[in-house]
Amino acid sequence: MTLGDLIAILPQTILEGLLLGFVYAMVALGYTMVYGVLGLINFAHSEVFMIGAVIGLEVFRFWGNPAAPVIPNPFLLLLVALLFAAVGSGFMAVLVERFAYRPLRKRGSKNILVPMITAIGVSFLLQDLTRIYAALRHNEFNMQYRTYEALNQVFELPLQTTIQMKGVLIIGVSVLMLIGLTYLVNRTKLGKAIRAVSQDMQTAALMGINPDTIISRTFLIGGALGGVAGVLFGLLYTNVTPYSGVLPGLKAFTSAVLGGIGNIPGAMVGGLILGQLETLSGTYLPFLTNGNFGTEYKDVFAFLTLVLLLLFRPQGIFGQNVSEKV
Amino acid sequence: MNGYVFPFTLAFTALSVVGALLRPASDLVNLALLASVALVSLGRMSTAWRSGLLAVLALTLTLLLRLNPGDKLAFYGLLGVLIACFLLPNLSTLVRVALGAAILFISVPIAGLTNSFLFELGIQIGIFAALALGLNVVVGQAGLLDLGFAAFFAIGAYTWGIFGSPQAAQFIEGFPPGGLPGNYLYLFMALAIITAAITGVLIGLPALRLRGDYLAIVTLGLGEVVRVFANNLDKPLNITNGPQGITPVNRPEVGFLTQFLQAIGAEQVYGKPIDSYITYAFFFYLLVLLVIGVVILVNIRLANSRFGRAWVAIREDEIAAKAMGIPLLPTKLLAFATGAAFSGIMGAIFAAKQTFVSPESFTLQASINILAFVILGGMGSIGGAVVGAAAVTVLNIGLLKDFSDLLNTWRQTGVTILGYNMANLPPQLNPAKYERLVFGVILILMMIFRPEGLIPEQRHRVEMQEARQEAKEGGGK
Repeated sequence: MTLGDLIAILPQTILEGLLLGFVYAMVALGYTMVYGVLGLINFAHSEVFMIGAVIGLEVFRFWGNPAAPVIPNPFLLLLVALLFAAVGSGFMAVLVERFAYRPLRKRGSKNILVPMITAIGVSFLLQDLTRIYAALRHNEFNMQYRTYEALNQVFELPLQTTIQMKGVLIIGVSVLMLIGLTYLVNRTKLGKAIRAVSQDMQTAALMGINPDTIISRTFLIGGALGGVAGVLFGLLYTNVTPYSGVLPGLKAFTSAVLGGIGNIPGAMVGGLILGQLETLSGTYLPFLTNGNFGTEYKDVFAFLTLVLLLLFRPQGIFGQNVSEKV
Repeated sequence: MNGYVFPFTLAFTALSVVGALLRPASDLVNLALLASVALVSLGRMSTAWRSGLLAVLALTLTLLLRLNPGDKLAFYGLLGVLIACFLLPNLSTLVRVALGAAILFISVPIAGLTNSFLFELGIQIGIFAALALGLNVVVGQAGLLDLGFAAFFAIGAYTWGIFGSPQAAQFIEGFPPGGLPGNYLYLFMALAIITAAITGVLIGLPALRLRGDYLAIVTLGLGEVVRVFANNLDKPLNITNGPQGITPVNRPEVGFLTQFLQAIGAEQVYGKPIDSYITYAFFFYLLVLLVIGVVILVNIRLANSRFGRAWVAIREDEIAAKAMGIPLLPTKLLAFATGAAFSGIMGAIFAAKQTFVSPESFTLQASINILAFVILGGMGSIGGAVVGAAAVTVLNIGLLKDFSDLLNTWRQTGVTILGYNMANLPPQLNPAKYERLVFGVILILMMIFRPEGLIPEQRHRVEMQEARQEAKEGGGK
């Protein structure tokens, strides 16, 4: 391939990175918001995301059967799937908080590892519960999203790029959700309360905010975003397994750290950056190294970038440097 | 009521011993034995009686296992005795060591020579225990959260896997085509310590400048990097043979063990030839036991040394430790290198034992499992790491599988339980396949009800109690 060819595929690569980046950004928000209020890496969030994808899949499967559709319009069907996934994942996140994390908080353990191990336990539990569900309900492990002509319709864009209808929808939905979240966090009373709790839980409680309610709502919002992202992810890659939340969850968490964990705009930017890094390295690494190091190394590239960035800016791109007091 | 426990225990033990002598194959005897083990371990009695009864029970269980090698309940009973003599307070060290050694070196081999599953289980527990001990140094003692620990295990495994197999000849000209002979494993166990420790320092150098959660995510990322390299370094130069993995990896010669078994007349005793499969299982069981013993000794010595105290100081308060003149980065690097070395040596043994190395064994899942052993056992506690690894391994490859088999028998015979005909149970419900679910539930329950682990480190136990006290006095914030 000549240099010209490499440049010619650049716009398409960036566009694909954008799709992936938006999905990461939405999942990263769930990690970063929980981290903001509790200082906890919520490992179970990747499963909340995966459950969103499974709920979306079930909606498509049962109400969108081409032979006898309950909802014939794929766009409406997608909307219903997004709604169900948002509600289902949101409540799943709230349940996880209520039954796994809150008892620990009440006991006042100072060890930060304890809630994290619980999160890992919850993550295992949800993975296998989904696996049992998939095995009993469909007798399968790999679940396929239905495909629709209307969603796969291809549009030509300038600079030799093309985008499918579902790509447009992914960008549209994500942008709407991100704008909505920014408004919610910055302009509403609930948002103010979330910010207050994440700054100082005790002082917030003194100001008449009930931290438990706010933490619960934070999980609800983060979970709902994760659920929506799950459906979009399923639409993009069409294949969902009970374990398919793990890797995107890891990447999304990396994005959150990249942007400065606990920082909401940081998570969005971090997600978009990681999406770009992944698709760009996936496309260009084979050419740059004469095929010796192929697309398989895109994750290595993403993680090494994270390590490098953290070495020079340990607090992430937008994070504030908090110096420790004795 | 306490006054009745002792005579009751005595009667029960006597009953099970007599039962074992008269009707060794009955489940009733097994259950009586299990009950005796529980009574002897938990009941109230003098130390001398307890030690004596434990020894009698160990002997009876060994006899039962010799008579029916496949006796699962007797095996769990023996495991119970082993754990009891490891954990019970007030036993004299001599009794602990003598009874523990007798079970590990005499009882298990006697039963294992006809039922190699016992050796397999022992080997697995040993390997996982070494990994848990390694991670325990890093997370438990130095307080550095490492989520990519399987990487060091991988380095150890590939160190021997590449050179002890036809793989090395693929990229080094003039290398013996079959790889180095199996006896080089001993040399490579030492080399694996070195390569793993060096990798530990290399990963630690950038990662250890970060703190807490950032350290966790960076070690996780770097652990994945090692796995991705193992998975893809089959080109441009075929070093790891990619996802197919390397096979066959050479094993050391075990002629001496065969001769030993012949010398003691094992074949006559068992009435059948001891094949090479069992001899190898026996060999690796002994090797793992030896290595784990050395690892535990080194670990205890380190924990009580200047370095051990420096690690704890860093874990408790990094800034205060620095103010006391502890050089932070070198001390943390030492913890990383030590932990890596423990798992590196087991990696080499693992490669030889499996005769197969592939990236599959070193995923993020593996790292998290090792972390779970440490947490379950009790962070920072050496005994805890071993017990955590043993408990989870027995659960995974012992109990869950047995439970699956039981469900299968019920399914086939169509037993009705609580009004439900078991024949209608869907075949997808197979507990052995859902180890994560069980594991997840255990982790959650442990963290809620006993966050300090099964055998807490002294320091942690005090802390947790204080935290609980505070929470109570504060009325629960």
